[in-house]
Amino acid sequence: MKIIYTDSLVIGAGLAGLRVAIACKQRGLDTLVLSLIPAKRSHSAAAQGGMQASLGNTVKGMGDNEDVHFQDTVKGSDWGCDQQVARMFAHCAPKAVRELAHWGVPWTRVTKGPREVVVNAERITLEEAEEAHGLINARDFGGTKKWRTCYTADGTGHSLLYAMDNKAISLDIPVHERVEALALIHDGGRCHGVVARCLITGELRAYIAKATTIATGGYGRIYSVSTNAVICEGIGQALALETGVAALGNMEAVQFHPTAIVPVGILTTEGCRGDGGLLRDKDGYRFMPDYEPEKKELASRDVVSRRMTEHMRKGKGVDSPYGPHLWLDITLLGREHIETNLREVKEICENFLGIDPAKDWIPVRPTQHYSMGGIRTTAQGQSPQLKGLFSVGEAACWDMHGFNRLGGNSLAETVVGGMIIGKYVADFCEDEPLVLDTALAQQFVDKVRAEIDQLLEGNGQEKAWDLKQEMQRIMMDYVGIFRNGPELDKAVTELQALLKRSRDLGVSCKKRHANPELVEALRVRRMLKVAITVASGAAARTESRGAHAREDYPQRNDRDWLSRTLATWPDAEALMPVLSYEKLDVMQMELPPGYRGYGADNAIHHPDTPLRLAEIERILEGLGPNASREQRQAALMPFELPAALMPANERLADRLAPACVLSPPVEPNLAGDDNS
Amino acid sequence: MTGRILSFDIFRYDPQDEGDSPKMARYELEETPGMTVFIALNRLRQEQDPSLQFDFVCRAGICGSCAMVINGMPTLACRTLTAKYPEGSFRLMPLPGFELIGDLSVNTGKFMRELAERLELWLHPKAGDHDIHRLEDPMDPQEAAKLYELERCVECGVCVSACATKQMRDTFVGAVGMMKIARFELDSRDSRSADDFYHVIGNQDGVFGCMTLLGCQDNCPKDLPHMQQIAYLRRKMASTLL
Repeated sequence: MKIIYTDSLVIGAGLAGLRVAIACKQRGLDTLVLSLIPAKRSHSAAAQGGMQASLGNTVKGMGDNEDVHFQDTVKGSDWGCDQQVARMFAHCAPKAVRELAHWGVPWTRVTKGPREVVVNAERITLEEAEEAHGLINARDFGGTKKWRTCYTADGTGHSLLYAMDNKAISLDIPVHERVEALALIHDGGRCHGVVARCLITGELRAYIAKATTIATGGYGRIYSVSTNAVICEGIGQALALETGVAALGNMEAVQFHPTAIVPVGILTTEGCRGDGGLLRDKDGYRFMPDYEPEKKELASRDVVSRRMTEHMRKGKGVDSPYGPHLWLDITLLGREHIETNLREVKEICENFLGIDPAKDWIPVRPTQHYSMGGIRTTAQGQSPQLKGLFSVGEAACWDMHGFNRLGGNSLAETVVGGMIIGKYVADFCEDEPLVLDTALAQQFVDKVRAEIDQLLEGNGQEKAWDLKQEMQRIMMDYVGIFRNGPELDKAVTELQALLKRSRDLGVSCKKRHANPELVEALRVRRMLKVAITVASGAAARTESRGAHAREDYPQRNDRDWLSRTLATWPDAEALMPVLSYEKLDVMQMELPPGYRGYGADNAIHHPDTPLRLAEIERILEGLGPNASREQRQAALMPFELPAALMPANERLADRLAPACVLSPPVEPNLAGDDNS
Repeated sequence: MTGRILSFDIFRYDPQDEGDSPKMARYELEETPGMTVFIALNRLRQEQDPSLQFDFVCRAGICGSCAMVINGMPTLACRTLTAKYPEGSFRLMPLPGFELIGDLSVNTGKFMRELAERLELWLHPKAGDHDIHRLEDPMDPQEAAKLYELERCVECGVCVSACATKQMRDTFVGAVGMMKIARFELDSRDSRSADDFYHVIGNQDGVFGCMTLLGCQDNCPKDLPHMQQIAYLRRKMASTLL
């Protein structure tokens, strides 16, 4: 058995994993990263829009601060998030943006003076302040009160990932590429590392570490159509689940984006509709006004996705070999607009569809996009059940997104979460000894080896790709945008049948080294457990919250369901996880549950909400009218961060004379109002 | 709808299998609307040959994993539509110039990491106080935009495989290395001078090795201005000698 030792082991070389590795290496710890692929190929590179941070440099960002970012995030989550974590996040986001500038990110900068922008389909002129010239710019994104999304042209994820990986290379952090983690080494209370397989040579290795951090991204590929990279298969979540101890959180919270192209599922930006693009059905009919007369194509992401699905279920979709789709029509915007403002959409249409979007309609349909659920962690990023196991980024349920994530908050979570949790991981490594139990490591290596032997040498008749396709279809059909009891139950039953069948998997390619079929077989068993966890969690949650929309339970039910789903899989032979629930305490919330600001306000209220609102009023009254926003915040809900991250964030407004502040400061809005 | 029958001649070789030797294997597949080489290869692997090795990650032209030689030209397979080839036959080869993992899969990651370490392809910030709690240092908006334009490289390896100098001299840094140097040379936050860069690329392995055959620029899937940057660096390097 080959054993490799390190202090801090990170699984996944995207933005979140690399940021944790950098934090550990900077503290002088031995740090090692495992990755399926070269770090710069990670799915983080695909993020285009940007990352939210309340810098407040631009005229449309003036008055922004941590409070506003926090409120937008909590409302966006449909009150499903951990408000402590949302606070930690909002506080550190500006620091992460500024740090990345020091590491080489060429953030798009503010140019002083007037500029033309389109707001609500109207051309208006904004005047940027002289003092803001050259500072980091921000653009508008859905669900935010201020223009807060920092960006580099149309390739933010790319430029962040490159700067982050370059930083990691400069610190001499090794990345073991083309290596796949297949099991966590643990003793039921403490994680000691992983068993991993080299995808080139097939070698099995034990990596033993003080701290193991899972940063493997989301589980979008359990669905047949996803905007995710093909490596986002939920294996990180499965590793935790298979310990039988570590819990996953809110796995049923899965976000869909309305307009990905068919068949490959690549996104066309929301800007297409923002600029005036329309959705049409197989008859060329514009259907959205029938469903959402007020906001039409520009209703929120989850609403448009649901309406499109509803319309296709009525048989109004366009038939294709890849299933039904609808049309996105941007021809009315004109060639000049498309070739200047939607350059990327044009390139996608040309390269992947062979069409000219100035003349042709774009085939689109709602597509799986983001995994809000993941490995449940404390605010410090550690699994409450398995000491030494950390998780960060989309892989984790940290949990700042609750049941719906806002655009620009995912890229931000990777680097901000990595920045914060990296420090806690480093603390842990400094405080804890390395535990060397070679017998325990051997036991886990043997188990993985036996699984591989059985696949290569057994007589299994089932094919990995068949089971995977079945699973993806079931998830898409029954655990998609709209959910209901009978379909979810059906999904669980059918997935369980697949899990049973997966015990009879076999491979026809018998190589022990580079063997894509073996890789697929090892993954599909693990993915099936993740899929069942998503489906059974969705079946159990009899309410609608954020992206989790139950046709049979359309109300958000704070009274019974203001809770986080926890799932563990203690019996490896079982066909179901064990579900339990972690209540969210309204009495500890800075922002008690309220109206999000769109759709019908149909929530069933929590009995503590009025009590907490009264308490908040009392606390604020006690502070008097002259209390600063920081004092008010601290009195309502104190939060902790590593000392190095606690200092306040300076903003341009702090340097300008008070008279120059371009818009009044935003009052905390406790009831929760329109943020659409 | 019945599609054309496409033919795929695919390079097969497993360097880890001592008994194996390089060969071409033929596969056939019915075309579907919107089919790309990504879709075709996945179907071939699932339906016809599960041992076929190739790399895809984003399948959206963003990550650079899937570069291969398609009918003689190096390009990204994920965004290559089969419909653009009227004859319907494809000859797929791995990118030359990189370590072969097997079939169409090459180890570009190892190459790029070694290149980054050799040329120190990261920002070397100027000395001074960088405080993440304070307002960031301003930067000229046009400089930031120019930096981004040079930073769009996805490390796919196409420029390297399309470069005759690289084929003749293995130590040549290729367009990818020079584009990255140009990106840091332009960055006002970087402390290195032209003299510093001269030490790494002011030789036959760098700017003076380029034969200006334009393979890099002609094939770059991101349309990066390689020749312009190499010419710019040459002038910069030459000026350090004055």
